[in-house]
Amino acid sequence: MDNLIALLIAAPLLGAAVLLCGGRRLDAAGHWIGTALAAASFVLGVVLFGDMLGKAADHRTVTQHLYSWIPVGGFQADVTFRLDQLSMTFVLLITGVGSLIHLYSVGYMEHDERRRRFFGYLNLFLAAMLLLVLADNYLLLYVGWEGVGLASYLLIGFWQHKPSAATAAKKAFLVNRVGDMGLSIAIMLMFTTFGTFAFAPVFADVARTGEGKLTAIGLMLLLAACGKSAQVPLQSWLGDAMEGPTPVSALIHAATMVTAGVYLIVRSGAIFNAAPDARLAVTVVGAVTLLFGAIVGCAKDDIKKALAGSTMSQIGYMVLAAGLGPIGYVFAIMHLVTHGFFKAGLFLGAGSVMHGMNDEVDMRKYGGLRKYMPITFVTFGLGYLAIIGFPGLSGFFSKDKIIEAAFAKGGTEGWILGGAALLGAAITAYYMTRVMLMTFFGEERWRNRATASPQEPDVEPAAEHHGEHAEPHPHESPKVMTIPMIVLAFGSVFAGGIFSIGDRFVHWLEPVTGHSEGHSPVSAMTVTAATLVLLVVGVAIAYAQYGRRPVPVVAPRGSLLTRAARRDLLQDDFNHVVLVRGGEHLTRSLVYVDHTLVDGAVNGTAASVGGLSGRLRRLQNGYARSYAVSMFGGAAVLVALTLLMRAV
Amino acid sequence: MNPVNYLYLAALLFTIGATGVLIRRNAIVVFMCIELMLNACNLAFVVFSRMHGNLDGQIIAFFTMVVAAAEVVVGLAIIVSLFRTRHSASVDDASLMKL
Amino acid sequence: MSAQLAAYSTSTGEALQFWVLGTVAVIGALCTVFMKKAVHSALCLAGTMIVLAVFYLANGAYFLGIVQIVVYTGAIMMLFLFVVMLVGVTAADSLKETIKGQRWLALLCGLGFGVLLFAGIANASLKDFDGLGRVNANGNVEGLAALIFTKYVFAFEITGALLITAAVGAMVLTHRERTERARTQRELSQQRVREGKHVPPLPAPGVYARHNAVDIAGLLPDGTPSELTVSKTLRDRGQVRDVSDEAISDLKALEQRAAERLERAEDERPAHKRTEEASK
Repeated sequence: MDNLIALLIAAPLLGAAVLLCGGRRLDAAGHWIGTALAAASFVLGVVLFGDMLGKAADHRTVTQHLYSWIPVGGFQADVTFRLDQLSMTFVLLITGVGSLIHLYSVGYMEHDERRRRFFGYLNLFLAAMLLLVLADNYLLLYVGWEGVGLASYLLIGFWQHKPSAATAAKKAFLVNRVGDMGLSIAIMLMFTTFGTFAFAPVFADVARTGEGKLTAIGLMLLLAACGKSAQVPLQSWLGDAMEGPTPVSALIHAATMVTAGVYLIVRSGAIFNAAPDARLAVTVVGAVTLLFGAIVGCAKDDIKKALAGSTMSQIGYMVLAAGLGPIGYVFAIMHLVTHGFFKAGLFLGAGSVMHGMNDEVDMRKYGGLRKYMPITFVTFGLGYLAIIGFPGLSGFFSKDKIIEAAFAKGGTEGWILGGAALLGAAITAYYMTRVMLMTFFGEERWRNRATASPQEPDVEPAAEHHGEHAEPHPHESPKVMTIPMIVLAFGSVFAGGIFSIGDRFVHWLEPVTGHSEGHSPVSAMTVTAATLVLLVVGVAIAYAQYGRRPVPVVAPRGSLLTRAARRDLLQDDFNHVVLVRGGEHLTRSLVYVDHTLVDGAVNGTAASVGGLSGRLRRLQNGYARSYAVSMFGGAAVLVALTLLMRAV
Repeated sequence: MNPVNYLYLAALLFTIGATGVLIRRNAIVVFMCIELMLNACNLAFVVFSRMHGNLDGQIIAFFTMVVAAAEVVVGLAIIVSLFRTRHSASVDDASLMKL
Repeated sequence: MSAQLAAYSTSTGEALQFWVLGTVAVIGALCTVFMKKAVHSALCLAGTMIVLAVFYLANGAYFLGIVQIVVYTGAIMMLFLFVVMLVGVTAADSLKETIKGQRWLALLCGLGFGVLLFAGIANASLKDFDGLGRVNANGNVEGLAALIFTKYVFAFEITGALLITAAVGAMVLTHRERTERARTQRELSQQRVREGKHVPPLPAPGVYARHNAVDIAGLLPDGTPSELTVSKTLRDRGQVRDVSDEAISDLKALEQRAAERLERAEDERPAHKRTEEASK
């Protein structure tokens, strides 16, 4: 049974290879091949899960050694897979949600000429992510890590004919490279510190290692996590990544990519446990991102970008929880899983709305869609209730636990972090209610679009492309798209409850991540009550602003904060001013130094040699008599020397 | 008189010839100066032959004459062909081997 | 200079001869270097060589002395003179130095070299002179022949090869291979007409001729001399004489004298004939 782990990766990898190398003859059936292989991987994951449940809690970790990858002296890298409770959770999430997104894409991408290629990339994405979570050492994890980066690049830029998509893909790739650098440095540090980078020996040696080195490794791992999980300061790529097809956004945000950073931190828990400073940095990054993403989400009119801000914020929760140490690891993963369900559901719902609205993404041009897309409305609504933490749904359980854990950290830090998490919950309620109201309620602002607003300020290029300024005809999506949404809605509703009742998820993960109860200064009931009160406040404000008053089709100018948030809180401007300009100046000064000092030395040497040669060259004047003088002088010198030798 | 004086004379003639080679520009005169140097050497050989009381020095002088004859033939032929192409017998005019 | 040459020192006669002829030899050598004209240089060199021949004889090298006169002074110097004729007898080259510092460097080197040679000779212990009395007992030529055809026979043979090679080389160097057929007179005249210049024969030299006058350029109607009238060889050597700036009165007087002398024949002969006569 344990030898089947490699097949988990092999199935989607095979799919990617077949679809990408197969050529046009697979165009007709390619999408089903891709979906089937993703589903096969999921089925295998379920089988292995059942097998794992049959074992005792302490004997559930299994490894499969495939072959020795790089055996060079003291440098041993093996292709070994490790399946324990943590990776099992991820395998099920990735393959399960991934398969549903595959299925959804069959409908969503129906009219795209390059659908086969799209499914090949999706399979590649799954394979890379599975390799990432199943690897037994950091080097193999790094392979998956880079594979995820590659696949995300290919998928975000899938509509490469759009310059914005190509740029977004490039941006995602480059920002991710910064994080990748962190991971590679972390691996190098590990090798110099521990002499290995396999999980078990590294974690075993942590106790014998100085805190300084562990902090350095932890910070580098945090940098890596920031890149993949879109945490401040490497968050800028996430919003632009919405240029990819909507299923890609769902896949990136729910099942793969952004969860990799959280996985990395939780997996490296042993290192972070021994490095409190690094952990503090993780919590700070998480808290900042949580608020950052939430604020950005409030201001966006693009439905996908609002959801992207939400993702950033939710991942911030997870990173915050992961930074709390053993009291938070389990809840980070739990929130990750529940978030996987409802965020996938929300994105697929958004895709369904766009599908029915001629790819319009501006929520100000939606409104009153609940009558036309009932299934989408219901599934999206359930996802909405789950994410804002409506009591009884998934988000309620997982987010509540994180807020409690944040308070449980204790001291001033605990209060600050807990407060930030609470505030984030309120803002979440606000912006998600805004999305919900603008999309499904209110007047039907999409009617008479062409006459109502002849000069639309920001028509999306995609809508322009379709050339349909005519009135859209909202309609429900086909079954192949709605079924995944329904399945995910079930997950959104029940996952949290199933995990939390009886602390099942805690017991499940405890052998891997460890768990300890914190001592919260406020009781759990108080936290829950506060969360609920803030939830109601957030919803109420949103209702007052968007439910009671008509929504203007053209966005009002808004406050300074709103305008900043629309520009992603000036993240790109910051990057441009600090990094791009700074880099340019640094480059220019380096070029200057190169031209003056380095080239000066080189050219100076050459010029002095040349000048010397030019002077020596004058000896060669072409006159035979001049040469004869040299010869005669030489002969005289020889005679003199001979005489001198005789004399001596 | 000591026969060594012949050697001094030979050295003097040789030096005059060498200096002439360096000073004169007319290829024919330069060539004559070279002949003068060869003759000075011959004189020294002959005197050495007398000094050592054997004829080897004279033999060498004889060979020198033969070689000088060959050299004159070839050298003058070169001068003639040089003059034919350049209309000049100056050694300074043949100075193309420079920048 | 008997066969019994002194081993240690020479006779008074030989000493006298050395000092007198040695001076002549040195003067000849210096003249070779410093004479402006190549012909003079060659003659001076010939003189030096004859002196050297006498010295060879004085040193008991009878064969070499004769060979020196016959081969060097006779054959080689004649060759030199021939080449001097070929290249231009009167083409005196200026002794003005053109290469900067060459003369001083040459003199410095020559002086240094000479001093070193003198020092070397003075330093060497050259006290014992065996003399050639014993080896020349059977005759100098016989002694040389015995050495040449025994000990030095290979060198001798190789010099033969060298001489042959030199002769062939000289022929190769001076011989010009004709690469195309020689043009006939007809073709040449046709080419001249086609090119359109100098269709008639070149103008004659010597308008105011006093001798045979091929080196005096003919005058154009405006009085300037035309180089075209003088042979190209003379032009190349720079031997064209220009009389255009000579005093007109001198010329007038010349004509006058000629007219007076030939007065009787004036009515019989044309004017230009008269000038021709005058030049004789």
